[in-house]
Amino acid sequence: MAKIVFKHPESLKENIFHYCPGCGHSIVHRLVAEVIDELGIRGITIGVPPAGCAVLAYNYFDVDMIEALHGRGPAMATAIKRCLPDRLVFSYQGDGDLAAIGIAESFHAANRGENISVIFINNAVYGMTGGQMAPTTMLNQRSTTTPAGRNSTVDGHPVKVSEIFSQLDGTTYVERCAVSSPAGVNKTKKAIRKAFQCQLDGKGFSLVEVLSLCPTNWKLSSVDSCKYIDEVMSKVFPPGVYKDLTGQAGKTAEARP
Amino acid sequence: MNKVLMSGNNVIGEAAIRAGCRFYAGYPITPQNELTEYMAEHMRNAEGGIFIQSESEVAAINMIAGASATGARVMTSSSGPGISLKQEGISSMAAQELPGIIVNIMRGGPGLGNILPSQGDYFQATRGGGHGDYRTIVFAPGSCQELADLTMDAFDLADKYRTPAMILADGMMGQMMEPVIFKKPKPRQYPEKFMLRGSGDGKSKFIRGLLLDPVDSEAHNWKLARKYEVISENETRYEEHRLDDAKLVIVAYGTAARIAKGAIKRLRSHDMKIGLFRPITLWPFPEMRLRTLSATVKNFLVFEMSTGQMLEDVRLALQGYADIEFHGRPGGAVPTPAELANVIARVYEQKD
Ligand SMILES: Cc1ncc(C[n+]2csc(CCOP(=O)(O)OP(=O)(O)O)c2C)c(N)n1
Ligand code: SF4
Ligand SMILES: [Mg+2]
Repeated sequence: MAKIVFKHPESLKENIFHYCPGCGHSIVHRLVAEVIDELGIRGITIGVPPAGCAVLAYNYFDVDMIEALHGRGPAMATAIKRCLPDRLVFSYQGDGDLAAIGIAESFHAANRGENISVIFINNAVYGMTGGQMAPTTMLNQRSTTTPAGRNSTVDGHPVKVSEIFSQLDGTTYVERCAVSSPAGVNKTKKAIRKAFQCQLDGKGFSLVEVLSLCPTNWKLSSVDSCKYIDEVMSKVFPPGVYKDLTGQAGKTAEARP
Repeated sequence: MNKVLMSGNNVIGEAAIRAGCRFYAGYPITPQNELTEYMAEHMRNAEGGIFIQSESEVAAINMIAGASATGARVMTSSSGPGISLKQEGISSMAAQELPGIIVNIMRGGPGLGNILPSQGDYFQATRGGGHGDYRTIVFAPGSCQELADLTMDAFDLADKYRTPAMILADGMMGQMMEPVIFKKPKPRQYPEKFMLRGSGDGKSKFIRGLLLDPVDSEAHNWKLARKYEVISENETRYEEHRLDDAKLVIVAYGTAARIAKGAIKRLRSHDMKIGLFRPITLWPFPEMRLRTLSATVKNFLVFEMSTGQMLEDVRLALQGYADIEFHGRPGGAVPTPAELANVIARVYEQKD
């Protein structure tokens, strides 16, 4: 009997992605959908896409979704999860969304230990608005608003989200991955699965940071973009597990009195 | 039901919980802190009640939007600067057709202003406040009893029209104590098809605000506009006080209307024929009724605790059919009925 080794995830609609060729969002969408399928949670999943290149994520995910304003996904997700504690709720956010305009909502959802999962796409630029500096843009990296490269004295420093969020007492699981290689893609999927499982087990806030390609704004080919992640980005944002308390007992909002 | 003596802020909280509000998020700001604290204390005892002290007013409005999407009855409250911060979220709730109640206990502005009662947020409340072509239903209660009744009604209307509604009061109304009777709330009518609760075995849904295609976007804007027209036709409310023989009509809402009533009482005892027209909904504004009045009354005096905002709606309503005078006390100044009576008397004598 033939074994199926590749099929379209049920949690992804048939629509064709609007993302640029080689874009990391497409890869991560697929991974999230595969995990939803594997965990059998399509019917109880509610996703909160951001303002950002992934704003149309509801055209792709075949799960209930509500589009958040720029940066406010974790506030919405907090409320949805508090109202429906037995659903799986995730926000999907870019680096501008999470670490600039929405840093307060993200930080405090994490600090409250909301039992939600955050999929965080770090592509070191504002993709949607045309390649401006993001909080994660690296020093000397050129963007349309740092034409001479990011200069720490006027532009500040790249924000290291996984490092910072793992320091918060409210977080349970924080991992940084990269989708620049098949091994990295597999690792990312495992991390997403672990994050969702963490939530299903009532263990609290999980965040998966994904170093993700934006060939369009990096002005690199897809292959060179992968190289850029491995050789440049990964040095500033080292992949790895930053926090994992999933082995410990639950400590979630709904477990509170 | 028994009469209870409560402060305005607490009345709003109690009315909301009785109306089935089960999600409240807010950030402290004077003069509405008692409401946030009331919700913290009493949501705990309401079945399924959720209270969150949010990290900001921005977070609060987005939280109630999320909770509203799941089908919960939701409320947030703030004042001045905090209400300004909520505007993007209110615009988004209007766009996404999410019901929810926003309470603004107005303080003196602009900027940080002060924490005294004021009515400077009329434009912000009635013109939409945030960006884009939308409207918010705005109730302007004039007593603690109305705070109770209108808070409950606001939940029903927000659901009925799937749109945010605002309770616009001020620091005076929030702090003052009066006896109130809480009416029995109506059973909620909000179809499940509008709720986002996970697709189960069915088709997935989405709620969005971004409409990149101008055809879709224009259609959505017209759809909202038609809804606002229906609201205007059916939900306008006002009170008329001693208008029968009035030669001069004061137009005022909320606390200003209470002061005006006190002034009118004094002046009536001196045989001056003065009445009050009090809009209870500021949007929709009772424009047609006011215009009809101009057939019999030729002199109006708008009194606001601002430099003149509702004044513009009165002008639009009267369309030049009557004379309009204005008296304003902005920035947290609250005149006594006696002071206002002097102003009114002067205008009355000029016109007489
Ligand atoms: C309040 C507000 N400010 C600005 C914008 C415009 N805007 C939309 S997405 C975006 C940046 C997106 O960058 P990022 O979050 O990194 O996501 P990416 O597109 O890179 O995936 C901006 C500035 C907006 N929608 N709302
Ligand atoms: S601009 Fe960048 S992030 Fe956006 S779709 Fe294109 S490649 Fe992806
Ligand atoms: Mg980005």
